[in-house]
Amino acid sequence: MIMVLLRRLFGMLLVMFIVATMVFFLTRLAPGDPASLMLGEQATVADVEQLRKTYGLDQPLLVQYLLWLKEVARGNLGQSIFLQRPVLQAIAERAEPTFFLALFSILIASIIGIPAGLISAVWRGEKADQFVSSGAMLAASIPSFWLGLIFIQFFSVRLGWFPVAGYGPPGASLVERLYHLVLPALVLGIVNSALITRFTRASVLDVMGEDYVRTARAKGLSEPKVILRHVLGNALIPIITVVGLTAALLVGGAIITETVFGLPGIGNLVVSAVLRRDYPVIQGALIVIAGIYVLINFSIDVIYTLVDPRVKY
Amino acid sequence: MIERSNTRQFLLTLFQRRIVLFAAIVITIILLLAILAPWIAPYSPTSMRVSQRLRPPSFTNWFGTDEFGRDILSRIIYGGRASFGIGIAVVLVSVSIGTILGLLAGYFRSLDGPIMRLVDAMMSLPDILLAIFLVAVLGASAGNVILALAIVYTPRVTRVVRGSTLVVREIAFVEASRTVGVPTWRILCVHILLNISSPILVQATFIFAYAMLAEAGLSFLGAGVPPDVPTWGTMIASGQQYVDQAIWTVLFPGLAIVLAALSLQLLGDGLRDMLDPQLRKDL
Repeated sequence: MIMVLLRRLFGMLLVMFIVATMVFFLTRLAPGDPASLMLGEQATVADVEQLRKTYGLDQPLLVQYLLWLKEVARGNLGQSIFLQRPVLQAIAERAEPTFFLALFSILIASIIGIPAGLISAVWRGEKADQFVSSGAMLAASIPSFWLGLIFIQFFSVRLGWFPVAGYGPPGASLVERLYHLVLPALVLGIVNSALITRFTRASVLDVMGEDYVRTARAKGLSEPKVILRHVLGNALIPIITVVGLTAALLVGGAIITETVFGLPGIGNLVVSAVLRRDYPVIQGALIVIAGIYVLINFSIDVIYTLVDPRVKY
Repeated sequence: MIERSNTRQFLLTLFQRRIVLFAAIVITIILLLAILAPWIAPYSPTSMRVSQRLRPPSFTNWFGTDEFGRDILSRIIYGGRASFGIGIAVVLVSVSIGTILGLLAGYFRSLDGPIMRLVDAMMSLPDILLAIFLVAVLGASAGNVILALAIVYTPRVTRVVRGSTLVVREIAFVEASRTVGVPTWRILCVHILLNISSPILVQATFIFAYAMLAEAGLSFLGAGVPPDVPTWGTMIASGQQYVDQAIWTVLFPGLAIVLAALSLQLLGDGLRDMLDPQLRKDL
């Protein structure tokens, strides 16, 4: 088992290495010299040269890459050009709204998606299934920013139930801050419920065909008991995977929703970094976000290996 | 009993085919509207009439007017050109590259590791994040949006093609072709590719829908096609400032995206049902 985990760990580090390499070289494809970009248009030639030396930008590309990789491996993601602080600090300052938004969204998506998928599988091919399946497809077809704008108009502007945007005034209490996340979480929850619905349906249908479900029925258990205890219990394993991975993707994938609702999260940080060409922030955020995804993926694998005796590699 | 379930099966198929038929008709209509835009659109998409700005839907402007007094219906019809055009281009590029990579990874053991680790790395980043990064690096233009989204969706195709290739390469006829000395490229291009074309086709319709949604998202963030090109995404982006007083500036372009994306996904789903009944339960 330790060998299995070590191999997984190695795979995880390899993926992170590829992400870092990809991010470094793709960023260098960007037009313009990074040093002149950092200093802006007013910089003199001498200033630019000085900065190139400081950041090692006068070295060959491969040397720059190795130096950068060494720093990243040590957890140093560099300095933001515009924010005048380390990238990691900038990301950490923005982590709270993003974290809670991802958490609430995945909760809402699961509350909608798991029962809907279950209903759809149990009544497969019937009206309920068609209704749920079409609903899931509709949810997956809605652009989140559009739904956000419509929700803000309706729930915040017309009905006044929720704040229009932002994350509360400075010094707002945690409850007040979290209240600002209800509407965006609802939007992301609805849009992401589609995937969880589909997955739950497929997973439940898989389990319903198993021998032990037939045995449970044969020994006279009532249908609700069979479904809830024997089917759902076993179907949950793959469902938890998709819930976990969706949550991980929400950390960086909520950029559009964060922008619509003016939330000062990581997504918002990335968007402003892109519009200002603040490359260290873009690179750092990509590495952190990929890291979270890979780490959650790895944790799910580890939990399976420990919990489910059937999982073998 | 048997008769009843047969009837139900028939009704079910009919229902599904009807929905697929409906989806196909909607997509055809949108395509035709986009192609024939100059003849069909009631107004020019760019002609500004400031006196008519932010007018609600009426008989003269069915979907109202935007902040420059431009007719929203006409802009939606023209916007379909860019939105659909970008979607189709993304599908063509990502399916071509993804198919080649997937075939190579699935057929040659030695290439499987490197290609799939690259795919894993790319899929560890959310679609929209990777797309916005690539557009930031390449520069915002329609061509670069296509390139960026094609790169984002290539790994999905690669995964599907690799999975199918792994199954097909073990089937007896492929084994037999190898034994009698059919060249490898012929096995890959003819024997395997033909047998895995339906999952590729299904994947293509989904990518079409995702690409359209992503393009709208990028335009909305200001990292997509330039704002003066009417696409459904840029229309929502420019309308959002006026959404308080003129919700139609945002409502109708959004509905166009929903309708198009929904139809594409229904079509993909229906195709999967018809082409590969085995996959049905995976939805």
